[in-house]
Amino acid sequence: MGMTLAEAIIAKHTKDPVEAGAICQVNVDFAFTNDITGPPAIKEFKNMGAERVFDKTRCAITPDHFTPAKDIASAEQVKTCREFAREQGMLFWEVGRVGVEHTFLPENGLVLPGEIVLGADSHTCTHGAVGALATGVGSTDLAGAWALGETWLRVPETMKVVYEGTPSDYVGGKDMILALIGKIGVEGARYMALEFHGDAMYGLSLDDRFTLSNMAIEAGGKTGLINPDEKLLAYAKERAARAFEPLFADKDAVYAKSVTIDVSNMEPQVAMPHLPENVKPVSEVAGTPVDQVFIGSCTNGRLRDLELAAKVLKGKKVHPNVRLMIIPASYEVYREAMKRGWFDIFLDAGAAISTPSCGPCLGGHLGILAAGERCVSTSNRNFVGRMGSPKSEVVLTGPLVAAATAVAGHICHPKEYV
Amino acid sequence: MESKLMGKAWAYGDNVDTDVIIPARYLTTSEPAVMAAHCMEDIDASFAGSVQKGDVIAAGNNFGCGSSREHAPLAIKSAGVSCVIAPSFARIFYRNAINIGLPILECPDAVKIGKGDEIEVNLSTGEIQNLTKGETYQAKAFPAFLTKLIGQGGLVPYVRARLGK
Repeated sequence: MGMTLAEAIIAKHTKDPVEAGAICQVNVDFAFTNDITGPPAIKEFKNMGAERVFDKTRCAITPDHFTPAKDIASAEQVKTCREFAREQGMLFWEVGRVGVEHTFLPENGLVLPGEIVLGADSHTCTHGAVGALATGVGSTDLAGAWALGETWLRVPETMKVVYEGTPSDYVGGKDMILALIGKIGVEGARYMALEFHGDAMYGLSLDDRFTLSNMAIEAGGKTGLINPDEKLLAYAKERAARAFEPLFADKDAVYAKSVTIDVSNMEPQVAMPHLPENVKPVSEVAGTPVDQVFIGSCTNGRLRDLELAAKVLKGKKVHPNVRLMIIPASYEVYREAMKRGWFDIFLDAGAAISTPSCGPCLGGHLGILAAGERCVSTSNRNFVGRMGSPKSEVVLTGPLVAAATAVAGHICHPKEYV
Repeated sequence: MESKLMGKAWAYGDNVDTDVIIPARYLTTSEPAVMAAHCMEDIDASFAGSVQKGDVIAAGNNFGCGSSREHAPLAIKSAGVSCVIAPSFARIFYRNAINIGLPILECPDAVKIGKGDEIEVNLSTGEIQNLTKGETYQAKAFPAFLTKLIGQGGLVPYVRARLGK
């Protein structure tokens, strides 16, 4: 019986029998936290009696959530992370040399095809786009992985998601994942791995594929896997920080469920408050006024996202009643966007450009919402209070709809501008 | 861990997410007392001020969806809640609760529990008595490995033992 990609990766990392539902002890290739989940992980690491991380080149802390430190308490949390990282000699980067973890780590070849990656951040599933079994855990689990170089995993059942057809120029990775979440719901893939397939999916840019995998967790998924193709392998080889061996699902793999989504006549998708499953085609909610637009985050803060935003914003002005926050997700993205002249387009339009950070996505800083305000955001969650006041609203979209909305002052189909 | 628990229920619906359990604006610390003071703030502002030690949270599907923040089960535990009962839990919350020693029970009948119901839980057998309604519910058993992990007191003692500490 053939294996899914999740099963094939677990089998390579365990001595235990691998079948869906079984619990296996697995070796971990890479384990990281951020500045919020880091301090509790450090505390538990010490409570475990551990002295050294299992491999200092495979253990990392990426300060990205409340950085550059937004207040004294955040500065203390980053300081705890910094001091522990120095003491251990493990990977740690300062502001100016880091980025949003799920953009920065693959850019630097630190998460690779065929690997098992644990992150103390729920959006660790993003790295499924490189063909790694990457999943989010809490701080104590992460501390255990730092101490042992191992963790326990329940072998997930896999849902095969096939994207068919030819999308319009207005549809990308964000629309495709929102369409799935709208269809199966926020717990449609609970405890399961998603495995993305289909010509429409492989036709996406790598940046769009990260967006797709990023929101697997929003359907309850453990990870959002993509079997590596030539495009991905070329990217990984060019950047790899260590040797790797890509793995693939067998042709006769057994999937617990299959879902097919035809993208041919798909409109850009938006998720209305307060759940990522409240998905509607943009035309159904066009005209809804907004106060702020955020383009960035581990979901849509990559080069392709900024390119699309620049296309819409070129020669346009942000609506007088709207604040537009643009936050490139890494310094590589930041520099490249600047070199290509997009910063001029954004600034001419009246947007604010900030240094890489998770920023307002989780209600941290750099654009928090007041009561009664509504934000169109390219991030991943629109729960009550996610970006600020519990009386504010978040609408999730891709970068094209977000940029068009910033110009119009209300939710808007991007065809109005490009 | 006490194997028999008794307390009054707080009842919530489906998809109670980690942002409402403990909003990110309080994550500049992981101090249990601060977590407890703001627990459930954005879904039920009355909770933190009125919850009593031993109370139980009963909820709908997919409890704890969202972030990996361990601050969420920590907030609930620090607020004095003795256990959470729901038909299903988001997977990261499920692991986190076990790791930090917050008892959770997967039980489809959790939705029958109303606010203020007197609940008695036998953690060893998974039997849940609703004393107010005179009903008995049965929670799902944990897989063998997790029963062992829970028995050891969570992941910290487990790793300590593995390290020979």
